Amino acid sequence: MPGKTLYDKLWEQHVVHQEDDGTTLLYIDRHLVHEVTSPQAFEGLELAQRRPWRTGSVLAVSDHNVPTTEERRGGIKDAVSRLQVDTLDANCDAHGITQFKMNDPRQGIVHVIGPEQGATLPGMTVVCGDSHTSTHGAFGALAFGIGTSEVEHVLATQCLLTKKSRNMRVAIEGELPGGITGKDLVLAVIGQIGTAGGTGHTIEFVGSAVSALSMEARMTVCNMAIEAGARSGLVAVDDKTVAYLAGRPFAPRGDQWERACAAWQDLHSDVDAVFEKEVVIDAGAIEPQVTWGTSPEMVLPVSASVPDPGAESDAVKADWMRKALAYMDLPPGKPLQEIAIDKVFIGSCTNSRIEDLRAAAEIVRGRRVSSQVKLALVVPGSGLVKQQAEAEGLDQLFREAGFEWREPGCSMCLAMNADRLEPGERCASTSNRNFEGRQGHGGRTHLVSPAMAAAAAIAGHFVDVREFGGERLQ
Amino acid sequence: MKAFDQEHGIVVPIDQANVDTDAIIAKQYLKSIKRSGFGPHLFDNWRYLDPGGPDGDNAGRRINPDFVLNQPRYQGASILLARENFGCGSSREHAVWALDDYGIRAVIAPSFADIFYNNCFKSGVLPIVLSEQTVAALFVQVLAEEGYRLRVNLPQQTVTTPGGDAFAFEVGTFRKQCLLQGFDDIGLTLQHAEAIRDYERRRREQVPWLFEQ
Repeated sequence: MPGKTLYDKLWEQHVVHQEDDGTTLLYIDRHLVHEVTSPQAFEGLELAQRRPWRTGSVLAVSDHNVPTTEERRGGIKDAVSRLQVDTLDANCDAHGITQFKMNDPRQGIVHVIGPEQGATLPGMTVVCGDSHTSTHGAFGALAFGIGTSEVEHVLATQCLLTKKSRNMRVAIEGELPGGITGKDLVLAVIGQIGTAGGTGHTIEFVGSAVSALSMEARMTVCNMAIEAGARSGLVAVDDKTVAYLAGRPFAPRGDQWERACAAWQDLHSDVDAVFEKEVVIDAGAIEPQVTWGTSPEMVLPVSASVPDPGAESDAVKADWMRKALAYMDLPPGKPLQEIAIDKVFIGSCTNSRIEDLRAAAEIVRGRRVSSQVKLALVVPGSGLVKQQAEAEGLDQLFREAGFEWREPGCSMCLAMNADRLEPGERCASTSNRNFEGRQGHGGRTHLVSPAMAAAAAIAGHFVDVREFGGERLQ
Repeated sequence: MKAFDQEHGIVVPIDQANVDTDAIIAKQYLKSIKRSGFGPHLFDNWRYLDPGGPDGDNAGRRINPDFVLNQPRYQGASILLARENFGCGSSREHAVWALDDYGIRAVIAPSFADIFYNNCFKSGVLPIVLSEQTVAALFVQVLAEEGYRLRVNLPQQTVTTPGGDAFAFEVGTFRKQCLLQGFDDIGLTLQHAEAIRDYERRRREQVPWLFEQ
């Protein structure tokens, strides 16, 4: 019998019951909850007169709707957003669920605070009513996004009704050149396999380039597994994983910590494990990436030009490209480095951790945001990331350069709060989706790394960060 | 959950690959704490020429006459025909609620994004995978014939054209039964409550640190 993949192991450890057709009752260890996808789930529980099965497994936080200006100390002005946040507060209070409320220093984006608190641990199953739950797979946890009905199901039963995915391995071998980040790496992967390349699969990221990544960068990579169609991304546990988690508030302590660390040593794929799909990518060939269209797979190296739909042989795809370019208002053949931007957003569950802010700060040090740029935002992923950045003086570097330094939240990633693009505005964004209207009605999003966003803010258009001192960045 | 057995209805074609859930239901409508009322905002950014607010009031908004949902021939449609990777992106179940609230009972495409596919079954909307070739042929037929209807039969797992061509589709037996009966998933799972407790007792021994918080 062949060996097991990491996914096989995690799956088998959580099976409670299995139907003949493979439908499985999978036990959930950690349930992360935010305000957008939970109100109807709590309402459903109440209507059926049910109680949460194990409140200790739940950690809740409001992130999508929260304002990112200091005004929020006085509450949320937008009545619709306020109702959604108040509803989460009331539901958590009613059921005794641990929650970090808006002005708690531990508040932040759900996918930043889970790992930061040690609430995400290797070997866990982690779910959240949010597709970017794949982020937590960076810790060797089986983590995936679910819908609101499933949020209710997990609250009520501690289990999910689901079927096993297939195994896919994406190997990134070699060494990433200086200035090339986890974001560039994952965008390059999506560019190669497409937004449906991982559909029906769990992707395990392996290879020397992945081993060399920090935990923050691994989170960025797993975060965007869903943009390649895979509900879950995984990275095997190693010393970096363990070192990151040691001493975190929700992590085990004492003897329990020792036992946990020993158990985590098995959280990797066996050498003879079989993957249904495999992709190998040369890390050394990856350049800084910039998206040009309305899907994360519409991405190219910064040295390239806007592609020509006329050169695409697949008619459906060519039509899709034409629509994207019309929306983005870009002509085929235009060099990406000549695309001027109106706004810059550094933040989101993809790129708002301390390492992301350090990389961006390094680029802006001693420089000024271009006068062409109307707004440049830095939105830390959590209150604790913000504190850390301020202790390092990063906020000063950003402020002196002309960036706004904000309170934590999802912010302009999806414009459910006051931060958004106006129609026609073009943004260099460190977020994860460049879909039509994602950052605001008629807004045009270009996905990049934090260093690339910072460099674009200074130049007023896209530039190769390696020509901006970024080659020193790891 | 609403049961699904058969549907014979007008087909509306959304001729674009990789339609994401942001397009199906735009973010400002996710601020609702209700499960209903999303239908008027289905494909909002394509359906209207000016932006809509989270208050949900569509009065005074200009409709986009070029968008299929606004064309007279597709009014009353209950089956949506789509291209590959339909429903990619965000996990928002509001996308399915919007389709359901609008009156869509089944979506036919060559492939779906995983989370969206799952969410459909939770709200009684049937996602049907047919081959790319078949879907391409159906697009040709829908566009050619006003009032074009398809018949979807879940018990037999077939989609039948007006000309009598029947195409078989796959659906998991467990999901099929749940959808045919309109079962409440949670009620079904709670029948296994003792197995869940047994599992927890076993795991508490093996991995106690996962039960401390």
